[in-house]
Amino acid sequence: MNRPTIFKKSALLLLGVALLPLAFACEKPKPEAAIDHTGMAGMSGMDAPVTIPPGARFTAADVHFMQGMIAHHAQAIYMSRLANENGANTRVKFLATKIDQSQRVEIVQMQGWLLDNGQTAPDTMSYKTMMMQGMLTAAELKELETLRGVEFDRKFLEYMIKHHEGAIQMVKDLFAAPMSGQETNINVFANDVEQVQTAEIAAMHQLLADL
Amino acid sequence: MGTTRVLGALAVAGALAVASAMQAQTYPTGNDPRNGLKPGKGGDAGEVAHGMKLMSLTPKAAVFDSVNGLDFANSDIAFGGKYVYQGNFAGFSIWDISNAAKPVLMSTVKCQTSQGDPSIYGNLLFVSAEGAGNRKDCGKAPVTDPSQHTAGVRIFDVSNPSEPKLVKNIETCKGSHTHSLLPSKKDKNILYIYVSGSGGARAENDLPGCKNGTDPADTTNAMYRLDVIKVDLRKPDSAYVVTGARIFTGLGPAPRPGRAGGAGGRGGRGDAAAAAPGGAPATPPPAPSGPRNCHDVTIYPARDLLAGACGSYGILVDVKNPEKPVRLDAISDSTFSLWHTAVFSNDGKKVVFTDEWGGGTGPMCQATSMMQQGGNTTLEITADRKFRQGGYFKPNFAQTAQENCVSHNGGVIPVPGRDIMTQGWYQGGINIIDFTDPKKPVEIGYFDRGAIDNPPPIDQGPPSTAAGGRGSARSTTGGSWGSYYWNGYIYSSEIARGLDVVELTPTADLSANEIAAAKLVRYEQYNPQSQPVIAWPAAYPVVRSYVDQLQRKNGLAAARITAINASLDASEKLTGAARKSALSKLGSEVEKDVAGSPDGPRVKTLSAEIKRLAAATK
Repeated sequence: MNRPTIFKKSALLLLGVALLPLAFACEKPKPEAAIDHTGMAGMSGMDAPVTIPPGARFTAADVHFMQGMIAHHAQAIYMSRLANENGANTRVKFLATKIDQSQRVEIVQMQGWLLDNGQTAPDTMSYKTMMMQGMLTAAELKELETLRGVEFDRKFLEYMIKHHEGAIQMVKDLFAAPMSGQETNINVFANDVEQVQTAEIAAMHQLLADL
Repeated sequence: MGTTRVLGALAVAGALAVASAMQAQTYPTGNDPRNGLKPGKGGDAGEVAHGMKLMSLTPKAAVFDSVNGLDFANSDIAFGGKYVYQGNFAGFSIWDISNAAKPVLMSTVKCQTSQGDPSIYGNLLFVSAEGAGNRKDCGKAPVTDPSQHTAGVRIFDVSNPSEPKLVKNIETCKGSHTHSLLPSKKDKNILYIYVSGSGGARAENDLPGCKNGTDPADTTNAMYRLDVIKVDLRKPDSAYVVTGARIFTGLGPAPRPGRAGGAGGRGGRGDAAAAAPGGAPATPPPAPSGPRNCHDVTIYPARDLLAGACGSYGILVDVKNPEKPVRLDAISDSTFSLWHTAVFSNDGKKVVFTDEWGGGTGPMCQATSMMQQGGNTTLEITADRKFRQGGYFKPNFAQTAQENCVSHNGGVIPVPGRDIMTQGWYQGGINIIDFTDPKKPVEIGYFDRGAIDNPPPIDQGPPSTAAGGRGSARSTTGGSWGSYYWNGYIYSSEIARGLDVVELTPTADLSANEIAAAKLVRYEQYNPQSQPVIAWPAAYPVVRSYVDQLQRKNGLAAARITAINASLDASEKLTGAARKSALSKLGSEVEKDVAGSPDGPRVKTLSAEIKRLAAATK
């Protein structure tokens, strides 16, 4: 459905055996759609070549999940840091700081897993070139940047809920992909993403109701 | 301890105060001796201890000795007879711990079972299986067909600890992240297992009848329930899922603080009515659902209570009827990332809940990590069996970016007269916390090592992909999965390094008598998530523990402490009837001290303990 986005080289840590310009990023046709349920497997470009070493317990879908989640997390961190500059209320700032700290750590883990398994790891600028489920479009991000105070809070929460729902959908899609999500580290990580972000979505709905 | 930051200071009432408390995001400040220890793969790492001493570190079996992420991570432990059962993501180990200074490996069972949390009951070992890659046949190969997949609880017969045998895999819809045992009070041959599965439900072609519904009211869906397994101990291979305990019904999204009408200080109750107090909000949010499952539950069978750590909620459940549990209360707290585990006080009137911020693999105890996340909170259980939240606790140390660290599993240390627990903080080490005052938990001891890994070099260069070589900044996941006191020692399951055994040593905060009293408590078996009642024998160390506690907190005048100690010493030199009579006399004397003491109840207990000792003297 989409045309693959070609990576800028700067968006990748140039490591690993396969220095192929992996083109797995996909753009969504309708940015305003809340969640894209088609799943990674159905998105063109997602079957870009990934070399799976013999005997490995992971699949190409696992690798794409980790790569995509780095971009996804990187955008969440960017959004969270706006909270400090744009006059978010204390509770929103608290949540934003937590998301920032949590997801920063997870990016290191995802990059580490990818590199340790001979895969290419996107860096934290990757959110500018990769579009995963629930992510904000450039226009939406720009909109968020301009808002202040309670207007920021509202939009931030709405967008972050959508963003988190996208991450949870990515987990669901991962487990729906054949033989995927089995490798222990990925399995634990994906379950953690689902649990933590589910709890945060509930928190954000409440913050939204309290504005 | 002076260096311990207790977040209980933030326990203030009222929405505004809460908001300002949260605004002041705090970070570790202490110059803690645990900061900056030398890294090392095993026992070569720098170590520091306070109030405890390492007896032994025994490396894991070679078949589990890998640094490849979590593949071979040690997980939780259970205790039975002279054995420690240590779970691992790739199986489990049985240790003979007759000699705490030298645990002997009886067997290592290779059986892919993440995360492998074990419980022991008689000769049956129950192991939690959750991962999508766990095979019925224990094999390491990927699951290529759903018929090969197992998720739920594996039952092993460990009557021969050198040769455990797989009896059965019990399948559950969400698998088992952890589980907790609840023996039937009516029938000693029946054991219930409460299963916490943290993920989504398995697909219909994986396990028929499992449904990933989103409607809490839909009783056919596999979410929004705890699966309860019923085991007939005479025929363990006939174990089956007897019910799905729907303890979440009616829970809305976790209420957040800072809103007029919201119950509780920082959190609130989760009943649907409380979720939208005081009229409709300006923009009605969609109706997201409340918690769907628990990460972990701890059962206190003697009190018919279950404390569930369930995502955005801590839940209190009455399990008098194991097949029909009833929720008593639910509480949320926005300063908790994820409710993770629970430990009851021995009297069942307090529960410590932990928060596993960062999932256990993240370094969440750095100098830049928020103090409000990833620690503990202590809840009181009121007479009408509701929660009342007390203080927070997180060690005020600054661990490195190479050390995965957050609040994790622990258990009570049986010191009479106080509520003391030991707890694992992954690579933050293990510690001892006094939560007698639920509003002000205090750290009174610790043992910690440096990181497993050195910080990565500035230029990493390309990774070595040969033979699982590591080329990244990703650190080895390690440290204490859980730290528990068992028959005289603290046992800590070191994820990467093996099994630690630690002995308590006296400090100003924990006396030799209190340590000796703890050592008097013996069990045949101990599963931390199925908490036993502690009962102390009538003994001098127990009596002296109370004297020491009164001395420490000025509960009696110094002269009285000296006199009571002298009388106790004198009585101990006597035997038979003479000792009995001396103790009876002292017990009556001490009773007269109750009225004048700022801690009358403790003096009263001291008197009663002296009299109990007199009665037990022959």
